[in-house]
Amino acid sequence: MLSVTPDVLIDLPWGQLLVNGLALGSLYALTAFGIVLIYKTTQVITFAQGETAMFSTFVAFTLLTAFQLPFAVAFALTLLFAGLFGALIERVVLRRISTTTVLNPVIVTVGLSLILLGGAGWIWGYEIRTFPDPVVGPPFRFGTIVLSQLNALIFVVTLVLMTILFAFFRFSPTGIAMRAVAENRMAAQLMGISIGRMNALGWGMGTAMGAVTGMLIAPINYLDPSMMGDVALKAFAAAVVGGLTSLPGAVVGGLLLGIVDSVAGFEAPELRNSIAFALIVIVLVVRPAGLLGRRETKKV
Amino acid sequence: MPSGARPLLVVNEIEAYYGRVCALHSVSLEVAEGSVVALLGANGAGKTTTLRVISGLLRPTSGSFEFDGKRIDGWSPDRLVRAGIVQVPEGRQIFAELTVRENLLLGGYARRDLGAARQEAPRVFDYFPRLRERLQQRAGTLSGGEQQMLAIGRALMARPRLLVLDEPSLGLAPMLVKEIFRVISEIRAAGTTVLLVEQNAHMALDVADRAYVLETGRVILSDRSAALRQREEVRRAYLGH
Repeated sequence: MLSVTPDVLIDLPWGQLLVNGLALGSLYALTAFGIVLIYKTTQVITFAQGETAMFSTFVAFTLLTAFQLPFAVAFALTLLFAGLFGALIERVVLRRISTTTVLNPVIVTVGLSLILLGGAGWIWGYEIRTFPDPVVGPPFRFGTIVLSQLNALIFVVTLVLMTILFAFFRFSPTGIAMRAVAENRMAAQLMGISIGRMNALGWGMGTAMGAVTGMLIAPINYLDPSMMGDVALKAFAAAVVGGLTSLPGAVVGGLLLGIVDSVAGFEAPELRNSIAFALIVIVLVVRPAGLLGRRETKKV
Repeated sequence: MPSGARPLLVVNEIEAYYGRVCALHSVSLEVAEGSVVALLGANGAGKTTTLRVISGLLRPTSGSFEFDGKRIDGWSPDRLVRAGIVQVPEGRQIFAELTVRENLLLGGYARRDLGAARQEAPRVFDYFPRLRERLQQRAGTLSGGEQQMLAIGRALMARPRLLVLDEPSLGLAPMLVKEIFRVISEIRAAGTTVLLVEQNAHMALDVADRAYVLETGRVILSDRSAALRQREEVRRAYLGH
């Protein structure tokens, strides 16, 4: 489309970039939410979020192709798998790791991500595969804006999940107990809350959220062991921008990053990551605790 | 104290370390069912450490415990809460980000039975009517006195058999201290056994049937409150005359 105005910004199809950005940002938000959830509940920053998601997506792929299950069934089973997988990681590995230095769990989760990367390659191979489309059909059109069926699905899934999680943390005793553990582990123990159980639950839920991202992004991109590398990095950045201790912050950070990614990717694809991370640096310089984070006050 | 009452909690020669520092050398005590027992002592005498051991937060290196005739050594904090030992920790440790209502709800968490927890709420509001007015408020916005009421109310939601209070009067105005101690008497009158750590020896000896005096990780004195009050060393060190 030609334009007579010299202002390049006016040329941009803003509505479309916004819609695409929000869809991508929803996926960052889901993954970031998982990272923050695990951090808040267990005080461990996981660097394995992308790879547990990738591994779960391969499980979904196997269920869809080898077992020919319908997408909804494969989706549900994969969520279950990812939840148990996350809980298992907590039980078998992280619970035994000394947290006397913050570095121990970091190294362990980095190691875990490399193990999963190699493991997935060993089981499923390194070739790039196409992931079956969960939805097919013509895109929805709103004026000039096009919304693909897949992006519509991403919005629906994200909204539904966020609503469920909001209700869970607000109204269910287990959700309130998880918030209590995040705020004061000692006092939570004195309420009869089992920290071990909450840690496992946090890991399970966080890992399942990553799996949702994996299953929704694989149809857009491709499926191979390194599929989540870029997404996980962006999700991590989103979590930090949002404040790392704030679940709504993770969502805001994810959506923001998705929009920046979408606009920058259209205008200057080669600078996409540079622009996204420059923004992160700026946010953290201006607001060290992140957009919605709270300053950590050490309790004695 | 009714002399024939059986002990609800028995602590036998507990020894505990923080790292390499021996915090408790050999602490033994008994809390009779239905009584109020106070632990007195200066800062660093081992009062809070004793409570940490009793609530399962700190593992003793030797010694044993019995609760209601059962050995409870090595039980996790959550299991001890389910058994009926509920602690109000020093400094209240309420969940500031959660509402008063959510704090109270968590108090009953161990019971896995929300209906039962709801039945407990009216009793808590009888003791502390102010909590009812503040149900939807974030607990962090409460005053110090209200936070202490919430901490005790939250513990009562678990319907404890043994309520363990660590410095309930700390940092409170005299009026509020009186109110808290009035409620402690009422709680005991309602049949709950209380183990109390307190700096305020006057108030503690008023409400307690029996007290133990700790010094550098050892029990140096124990007797009925009335008798302890007469002891010269207690008067000098803890009652200020």
